[in-house]
Amino acid sequence: MRYLLRRLGFFVATLWVALTINFVLPRLMPGNPAEAMMARFHGKLSGQALSAMEVAFGVKTHSSLLAQYFSYLGDSFMGRWGTSITFFPSSVRSVVEGALPWTLGLVGVTTIIAFVIGTMIGIVGAWHRGGWFDSILPPVFIILSAFPYFFIGMLAILAFAIKVHLLPQGGGMTNGVTPSLSWSFVGDILSHSVLPGVTIVITSIGGWILTMRNNMITTLSEEHVRMARAKGLPSWRIMLDYAGRNAVLPNLTGFGMALGFVVSGAILVEYVFSYPGVGYTLLQAVLNEDYPLMQVLFLLITVAVLVAVLIVDIITLVLDPRTRGT
Amino acid sequence: MAKRGERQPLLTAPAALPGTPGLRVAESTVSGRVLVTRRQRGRALISFGRTLVGSKKALAGAAILFVMVVVATIPGVIAPYSPSAEVFLPGLGPSGAHLLGTTSYGQDIFSQLVWGTRVSLVIAVVAGLISTFLSVIIGVSAAYLGGVLDGILSLLTDSFLVIPAFPLVVVIAAYSNGGGTPIIIAVLVVTGWSFGARQLRAQGLSLRNRDFLAAAQLRGERRIRIIVFEMLPSMTSLIVANFLGAAVYSVLTAAGLEFIGLGNVNTESWGTMLYWAQNNQALTAGIPLWALAPGLAIALLGGAFALLNYAFDEVSNPALRPITSRATRRRGTRRRRAS
Repeated sequence: MRYLLRRLGFFVATLWVALTINFVLPRLMPGNPAEAMMARFHGKLSGQALSAMEVAFGVKTHSSLLAQYFSYLGDSFMGRWGTSITFFPSSVRSVVEGALPWTLGLVGVTTIIAFVIGTMIGIVGAWHRGGWFDSILPPVFIILSAFPYFFIGMLAILAFAIKVHLLPQGGGMTNGVTPSLSWSFVGDILSHSVLPGVTIVITSIGGWILTMRNNMITTLSEEHVRMARAKGLPSWRIMLDYAGRNAVLPNLTGFGMALGFVVSGAILVEYVFSYPGVGYTLLQAVLNEDYPLMQVLFLLITVAVLVAVLIVDIITLVLDPRTRGT
Repeated sequence: MAKRGERQPLLTAPAALPGTPGLRVAESTVSGRVLVTRRQRGRALISFGRTLVGSKKALAGAAILFVMVVVATIPGVIAPYSPSAEVFLPGLGPSGAHLLGTTSYGQDIFSQLVWGTRVSLVIAVVAGLISTFLSVIIGVSAAYLGGVLDGILSLLTDSFLVIPAFPLVVVIAAYSNGGGTPIIIAVLVVTGWSFGARQLRAQGLSLRNRDFLAAAQLRGERRIRIIVFEMLPSMTSLIVANFLGAAVYSVLTAAGLEFIGLGNVNTESWGTMLYWAQNNQALTAGIPLWALAPGLAIALLGGAFALLNYAFDEVSNPALRPITSRATRRRGTRRRRAS
């Protein structure tokens, strides 16, 4: 119970840090970027919305900093997120709701694929340690993970979209196609997600391989594995049931957190492929100095990670009896 | 080198036994221990260096890094032209005069690549060093001081660890409005220190109750001296590994930021080259080398640090070292015997 309370406390504290960063940053920077934005925005917006934004960014307001801070916190929690400048006159909320499914679909699926493949390569690599499999695949993917995401993305575009017209260069779907539940539409979405998806998988697989292989090597030298060998079990069962199952436990925490990071997306991959997800929208907001949208997206991304961490903590509580004791 | 720390108490086990009477005894064993430690430290360092040199991965990483350092030091000698002069025909293919062709502005791509090495390397090394320094200070003092201070520092570390780094980097860079290289370095440090701090705190905690620290306290050393001269040397391998990790992070993140156009777009660096290449659709315009060359250079630099880190991991953790043929044979026979 104390463990859970401590983790909840951490959740609240970190959320507060993120909210405060969001509040302090625009006020801290020289040249008051928010004021410049407001000036551009002035003719477009009605009085009430404008004054709400003035409070949010501390422009032309006579209330104290503390009062601004509390009204900002209140607005953030109540979902009064304001209007987007880039996608005027859409509200920030509708922009976010439009971007979220793309990222969840693309990055969510690829994160799971990368985790599964990486874990399997790690298990097999450690099992046949020093063999041809182990000396080729893990090093290759670990070096690939040091490559910038966007570079692999550009290579993929050059090879499969420009040299060979096999797949679309970017975007989430073909322009002008109306969303429907038909095969052609699903196929269109899928063909647009192949290149960014493969890019993410290729560059993120290395991390899983490295940690899994290291865990596995440690687990393989343990007594219960030797015991399994002594019992004469088939080697695939020892590899998967006796060693792999135990070795994957520490990695599950990382996997849970990675799922939280799905929302933040692979920002640069989405940028290179103009994929209309959260990351691409965040960059659009940044480049257009759309601070309301930017703030909300940053908060959303942080909250997603925090919730994932909290869920991982609770699962750990269930799986690992040692955390329950104190 | 964590191994070295583990070995110390074993060698001087008698002193560690409970009930050692009186301070005098403790003092005499303390001086004995210092000698053992030093000799051992020397030996460990030599074998450590030997393994590092013997590793092909480390050698490859070091070679790449060396070439880049040379290029970054004397770009004017290596590059045939000025990186910014727009004096050639735009969009030329690779030739003897222009090894990698020219940009759509008529600049020489090879010269840009050579000059770009400096900024990219400086960002990686400086940001890596500062964030490692910050990790060491925060992590080790949290571990050593303990109590409420540890609680606060750990909470801060964990918070920064969980807040998604790249979105934060993007947001900060956006507000600071193209402040150039110093801002980029600052942003990288702010978002990059927490991972190392957490690792170093864990290592520091495991060292805290070791005998050699208790001995230093008994000798009446000051806290700061104990931290700097007793704790830090025994954490060298972790600190170096941390620096390498932070450098990889800095290379990739800085390149990403510049690529989006959030750095100073007028500096000569690989990320900025990519930015201009992307803005002029270099891939479709038939000048793919404009984008590919800097991308590959970034990948090489990141890869060099990653290779060193990988090799370092194997050196400091002997369990991960590749098995030599002799060891394989031995293990093979043992397994056969067991089954």
